[in-house]
Amino acid sequence: MNKIAIGTIYRSEILRFLRTLTQSFLSPVLSAMLYFIVFGAAIGPRVQEIGGVSYGQFIVPGIIMLTVMTQSISNAAFGIFFPKFTRTTYELLSAPVDFFEIMCGYVGAAATKSLSIGLVILVAANFFVDLQIEYPIIMVLLLVLTCICFALFGFIIGIWANNFEQLQVIPLMLVTPLVFLGGSFYSLKDLPPVWQTITLFNPVSYLISGFRWTFFGQADVPVVYSLLALGIFSLGCIIMIWWIFRTGWRLRT
Amino acid sequence: MTVIVDIQNLRKSYADGFEALKGVTLQINKGEIFALLGPNGAGKTTLISVICGISNLTSGTVTVDGFDIIRDFRAARSIIGLVPQDVTLEPFGRVKNTVRFSRGLFGQTANEAHVEIILRKLSLWDKRDNQCNQLSGGMKRRTLIAKALSHEPKVLFLDEPTAGVDVELRRDMWQTVAELKATGVTIILTTHYIEEAEAMADRVGVIAQGKMLLVEEKHKLMQQLGQKQVEIQLDQQITRIPDGLSDYSLELGMDGYTLVYTYDSRGHRTGITKLLNDVASSGLVLRDLKTRQSSLEDIFVGLVEKAEQRGNV
Repeated sequence: MNKIAIGTIYRSEILRFLRTLTQSFLSPVLSAMLYFIVFGAAIGPRVQEIGGVSYGQFIVPGIIMLTVMTQSISNAAFGIFFPKFTRTTYELLSAPVDFFEIMCGYVGAAATKSLSIGLVILVAANFFVDLQIEYPIIMVLLLVLTCICFALFGFIIGIWANNFEQLQVIPLMLVTPLVFLGGSFYSLKDLPPVWQTITLFNPVSYLISGFRWTFFGQADVPVVYSLLALGIFSLGCIIMIWWIFRTGWRLRT
Repeated sequence: MTVIVDIQNLRKSYADGFEALKGVTLQINKGEIFALLGPNGAGKTTLISVICGISNLTSGTVTVDGFDIIRDFRAARSIIGLVPQDVTLEPFGRVKNTVRFSRGLFGQTANEAHVEIILRKLSLWDKRDNQCNQLSGGMKRRTLIAKALSHEPKVLFLDEPTAGVDVELRRDMWQTVAELKATGVTIILTTHYIEEAEAMADRVGVIAQGKMLLVEEKHKLMQQLGQKQVEIQLDQQITRIPDGLSDYSLELGMDGYTLVYTYDSRGHRTGITKLLNDVASSGLVLRDLKTRQSSLEDIFVGLVEKAEQRGNV
């Protein structure tokens, strides 16, 4: 395995992240802060507790998940789309590296970026609400896995996209609705039974529920389902990336 | 001569059925400069792209230093450097960083001294901290060469290295290529500037519409296929070629002062002595004589035209 190449791609992507800190770091952190202010501090006190947890506390895991999912996708998608856009992918394709090394470099960097954003939001949330984390190790594990899983998905989107519009369309039209409707701001138990059943087909709801469980010890669905959903989705993405590099789809002529 | 790149019956077809390479067989010798000539769309870039892993091959085999480009892709690619035709650089990356990136991508440990040597050799050291989008066109092209050399390749592909660059830079580039050759690097360059191949190449290959028409040593090619011309400068202006010289297929220059005689340099008898005698007999007075060898460009155009007429391409 070409470990030096993995490190090279990873460092290069992290450098790009640091170069565009305002756009790639401050912007999502600020958005999350706005959610805390509007939903947590302003509206939160008027909403009744959910399972003994104040609304301000309840939305913290959801907002963190919302941010890391969208950031993982956009970071990884842009990371591989940019070389395509500048036509510098020739270098990746002609280098002695295979799909796994390229994937590790780009996905690893994208996951690191979104993880750092998620952790900063977690720390910042303490300024707005009194936060207790029941299972901190599992919380970090779920957060890391979510970042990797969604970065894998974003990497595929970045390869698939032929222009900036396509780069945005899946995150905006599919992922954001799934995250919002997956229980980021509410408990699935508060939905009418029909909608509860429909929501069970939304894979994102399993992740948000599992992540919330690590904070408060209560979940809409068992946490093992969350880990299972992450594992299955990640595996599917890795197989897809392997196939892309094997066939050269959207990369090689 | 040791063969370093061995291409056997290489074919490349696209999804729409277009066949860009139609069974190319070619061997490149270690340490040589090989110029691949061909008109636009001949398949030069496709051939390089397939060898380097940018395009999938349809059939055939390619080995580089004995390593198959599919089976042993890591070993094969690690000894190849590629300078693409298009000037493609990450616009916001800095010159030194982008060269370091290339070295790392090819699995080489960081070597600041080597990077410095390359940047100095290519006159980029002063620009090492500049962003690539701040460089001139020529500097960008040199940065691409620096990237390709960063991992110390044995085989360097230069795809149209001087396309769109000024004369001075072109000369610099030729100098750089000559220096690389001196260090033992095998260089394969594609070009449609015949002048470039003539100035640099040891051997020349002509490709048109996906087929290799000819591979030959440059000097032999020019010797074998080259026609020579004698320009006879006259002392007085004439309006028509005298009847006594009608057997020679002479051309009369536009100015009326020049007669051009074309002959085959391979021929046992060139006919020049007899021509000069007959010119004198016709009452014409010679002022000067000049000989000219047909250029590689003449040979190239002739070959492609012949192949087209024969339906070979």
